[in-house]
Amino acid sequence: MVCQDCGKRPSTLHFTKIVNGEKSEYHLCEACAREKGDVIPGTPNGFSIHNLLSGLMDFESVTKGASKAPQQLRCDTCGLTYLQFSKLGRFGCADCYTNFRHKLEPLLKRIHGNTSHNGKIPRRIGGEFRFKREINRLKLLMMQAIDQEEFERAAQIRDQVRAIESQWKREMS
Amino acid sequence: MGTHEFMKQPVSDWMKAEGPDSDIVISTRVRLARNITGAPFPMLCTNFQALDVFEKVEHAVSLPKLQELGPFEWVALNDLDPLEKKALVEKHLISPNFASEARYGAVFLSANESISVMVNEEDHLRIQCLSSGFQLSETFQKASCIDDAIDSKLEYAFDEKCGYLTSCPTNVGTGMRASVMMHLPALVLMKQINHMVHAVTQVGLAVRGIYGEGSEALGNLFQISNQITLGQSEEEIIEHLYQVASQLIDHERQARERMLQANNPRTIDRIFRSLGILSHAYIIDSKEALQRLSDVRLGVDMGYISGLSSGVLKELMVLTQPGFLQVEAGSALSPEERDMHRAQMIRQRLDQANRESTGKQD
Repeated sequence: MVCQDCGKRPSTLHFTKIVNGEKSEYHLCEACAREKGDVIPGTPNGFSIHNLLSGLMDFESVTKGASKAPQQLRCDTCGLTYLQFSKLGRFGCADCYTNFRHKLEPLLKRIHGNTSHNGKIPRRIGGEFRFKREINRLKLLMMQAIDQEEFERAAQIRDQVRAIESQWKREMS
Repeated sequence: MGTHEFMKQPVSDWMKAEGPDSDIVISTRVRLARNITGAPFPMLCTNFQALDVFEKVEHAVSLPKLQELGPFEWVALNDLDPLEKKALVEKHLISPNFASEARYGAVFLSANESISVMVNEEDHLRIQCLSSGFQLSETFQKASCIDDAIDSKLEYAFDEKCGYLTSCPTNVGTGMRASVMMHLPALVLMKQINHMVHAVTQVGLAVRGIYGEGSEALGNLFQISNQITLGQSEEEIIEHLYQVASQLIDHERQARERMLQANNPRTIDRIFRSLGILSHAYIIDSKEALQRLSDVRLGVDMGYISGLSSGVLKELMVLTQPGFLQVEAGSALSPEERDMHRAQMIRQRLDQANRESTGKQD
């Protein structure tokens, strides 16, 4: 069955909504369902983003031939299993992000279209991290310059990176 | 009951100020989700750990850095009765789930109620700032300022790649949800709203009713917010929401303009009929009240009704919600009593506003 919203992708989420005896059925692809998720009104037992998330994750295990291994993944710190996470749609502690990292990337990509943070940084740990982020950004530019055989520009960027690295060392000592 | 400042008046002080574009944008809200290192997220916290978070935050906010930002009140959720919690929900100062489920929950409230920090909600901290009208950047700056103050006292759970770590992966990264509450009666009347809602959801934003996730759009009020929290900076998210909301404002203004030009007797009838019902009804439920208030507000904004301030209507929108009504009445009411009490209060307020405006003209 094709998604009734976009009419392009196959529908993978099917649900029925009954409001005051009026029944409506939905057959959506995951992308459209995610967008629709919050517009579909419901009570606390209704269709929430958390139900939707667990739907997305079930979908994943189905496509991968229901491999059991990832579901036995467990966070060492809080004890939450990946299976529990996929039911609840919530993590148990900050370390879940590290312990489930491999499973997390595709999920984050699907929710946010992105997997790395680009915003505010806490002041407490900010200093060092800001250096790292700037160096990574410059290194990327340097690789691009090399790819385009603009060696002079690449050398300039390399000098910039060195300058930042030495400034970093000075501030840390 | 009645000892807390927030119970004394239905409309928060911040709400009384007229913000930019306040004919359409009722309010702006920015929420930051934060967690503290060393404790599991509230869902998996033991009671002992939840209490520890509660105490750590209570200590952090008592330090001078935050007190410099103005007078605040620390309210432990356990000390509130159900009606008081309901009133906080209706004022958008806490979330419905938080009111019913939190363990060792607390809320740190500024005197004018424009800042509230929920403790032990879905995340350890939910910093929320509210402003009147359309003020996205200003509201974000304020939230960020509170965030920095708390950051200087407590260590946040943060990851270089994933950003601020949150209980739900839909909040990770910036942990920020920015939203604007818009009154869009003309787009609803002109039947353009579904099209608009669809367009808005296509560009990565969400549309909800007035009480957040899963709630219905009552009284033609719509809450537009960002969905994406990872990969974009706070400024980019704010800018995107600003652009989309600005377009909605334009569309709503154009729709109102077309309605004025059409001068359709049915529209005018609807507005004055609603005013008539609100002025004279003896029994009214909250859903109808919100819808009628929306009609009258549109009538005021379009200039059909004069001598009635939109402030009175804004106040009635909050005041006629079940929780506040019962606070006002001083006791729990049956649904029938509530509907009667609500109708009586609306009649009184409108009558009072009417007398004040004729008094001014004399």
